[in-house]
Amino acid sequence: MDLIAILQILESTIRMSTPLLFACLAGLYSERAGVFDIGLEGKMLAAAFAGAAAAAVTGSALAGVLAGIGAALILAAVHGLASITFRGNQLISGVAINFFASGLTIVLGAAWFGQGGQTPALSEGRLAQTPILDLFGIDGHAHPVLELFLGHGILVYVALLAVPFTWWLLYRTRFGLRLRAVGENPAAVDTAGVSVVRLRYAAVGITAVLCGLAGVYMSMGLNTSFQREMTAGRGYIALAALIFAKWKPVPALWACLLFGFLDAISIRFQNIDLNGIGIPVVIPGQFTNALPFILTVIILAGFVGKAIPPRAGGEPYVKER
Amino acid sequence: MTLMKSLLGASALMALTTVSALAEPAIIYDVGGKNDKSFNEAAFNGATKWATETGGTFKELEMQNEAQREQALRQLAESGANPIVMTGFAFGDTLNAVAADYPETKFAIIDMVVDQPNVKSVVFTEEQGSYLVGLMAGLASKTGTVGFIGGMDIPLIRKFGCGYAQGVMAANPAAKVVLNMTGTDGSAWNNPVKGAEIAKSQQSQGADVIYAAAGATGVGVLQAAADLKILSIGVDSNQNYMHPGSVLTSMLKRVDNAVYEAFKEGADLKTGINVMDLAAGGVDYAMDENNAPLVTDDMKAKVEAAKAGIIDGSIKVHDYMSDNTCPAATF
Repeated sequence: MDLIAILQILESTIRMSTPLLFACLAGLYSERAGVFDIGLEGKMLAAAFAGAAAAAVTGSALAGVLAGIGAALILAAVHGLASITFRGNQLISGVAINFFASGLTIVLGAAWFGQGGQTPALSEGRLAQTPILDLFGIDGHAHPVLELFLGHGILVYVALLAVPFTWWLLYRTRFGLRLRAVGENPAAVDTAGVSVVRLRYAAVGITAVLCGLAGVYMSMGLNTSFQREMTAGRGYIALAALIFAKWKPVPALWACLLFGFLDAISIRFQNIDLNGIGIPVVIPGQFTNALPFILTVIILAGFVGKAIPPRAGGEPYVKER
Repeated sequence: MTLMKSLLGASALMALTTVSALAEPAIIYDVGGKNDKSFNEAAFNGATKWATETGGTFKELEMQNEAQREQALRQLAESGANPIVMTGFAFGDTLNAVAADYPETKFAIIDMVVDQPNVKSVVFTEEQGSYLVGLMAGLASKTGTVGFIGGMDIPLIRKFGCGYAQGVMAANPAAKVVLNMTGTDGSAWNNPVKGAEIAKSQQSQGADVIYAAAGATGVGVLQAAADLKILSIGVDSNQNYMHPGSVLTSMLKRVDNAVYEAFKEGADLKTGINVMDLAAGGVDYAMDENNAPLVTDDMKAKVEAAKAGIIDGSIKVHDYMSDNTCPAATF
């Protein structure tokens, strides 16, 4: 394996990690505020569809991104209404959103575009692939190192910058302190005269915006159209990464990069031949494909030490009994 | 009065639809989806061709998951559809179990042999078509490295890859073929994001022509190849139009003809095994105005010569499924 191959795998890692990172941070806001969100997957899927559909119709990438965020916000409002206002079961609401998005995107897609649930391939409405390199007129293939750092779409950098921003917001602002408190002990926040409901809605709203970006990055950045079930379980992997990261933003980045790296490895190598380094074993492609899932099981089995979720997570807040 | 009228009208309409349903053929698409621009879409095109020619109508169903297969087959058979055509090897076991329960109904399965008295099994010699496009890839490649991206890792797709590799070697014995599969389950037919990512990975390994035999996953491969300004080869349907100037050719697998023939034969469907090979026009490579600038006269002459050679038997293309080995490549 040469340097170019390593650079290419790292580049692929960044591309594959980005939707995970958005979704993982999205889950972080919601769960830190005490609202479990199984529905990350559904919101991503709805956003991917709405984004690709709007971009295909209007020919504008911006319209697509806004439509994607809008679709995620609508689903998040449903989740908020069910689990915050009406104090329903957060897990059930999330699962319902996943099923709803999975079915509705295909039905609407088939009805609007007549292509079996896909959206038409984007040409001008697509997110720019290498806007920074294009700006300076650099050919990425000739400069692989520059390509690794600068050869990505804008949303990749938004996702990476969202990590320090989330850290700052959670640990250095009054809003962040209250957000964390409402996930640990909402009664205390309420006693201090701050609205638990408003804080939780704000968190769920931020979650929706990030899920929306994850979705549109998949359908308009990585791909040029929506395909049914295209999020392919990334919302759940993001939840696993969130537990792995113990609900903290910077570890979330590393967790998502690790999952993205495993993805990139399984794409690059079908069969890993260890004969080259003196071990007479060939690891089959099935194993590399299964690695992210095996890792998820290992992580969830508690190998990373005790992961303690926010104490009030999953429980609707009742003001007085 | 009006109510009576509409009730009568409704029952008359129902009677009409039942009558026509008796003779209606049906088609079931596999999980890649009817609009995969490739395998299943070819089947749809064949069915549509029959419908426009005869003015008839047909029933269609699209599989969303593995569990629906048996239910869908039985439902269509119960509803009186005849013949019932299904695309994809994955129906094999289900059809084998279901066909015996409906001896009056004729079934046709594409890409799989099912040994039942009322089943027509249509198989294609994909290795021959893949050999031809492999030859073109070998001739068009400047780097001497070409890629192959399969969908689900099954013997059928290895058959595509094996024929392709043999064709590449025939054009350039020193060529390197990078072979990748998208996955090991049905979702591998519908994962364009991963397809694009694999294409980028192959390009970084030097590949400048990539052949996608991966259903809707191939849409992502062709897109990535166009973005990377390298060549790609489509599959099953003619995909040259998708990115003119980037799609070198397409390996045509005339699933449309197979479906069209089955529909035309109707309830008198000829059962047994039907091999659609190069000589019978079952497989071919696609030429049209979209890829004409990419194919040189020399290339065309060589591929036509190879085509004649395969038909007269002077060129033998290895069939991976005959012995599950591939002399030209390792998977």
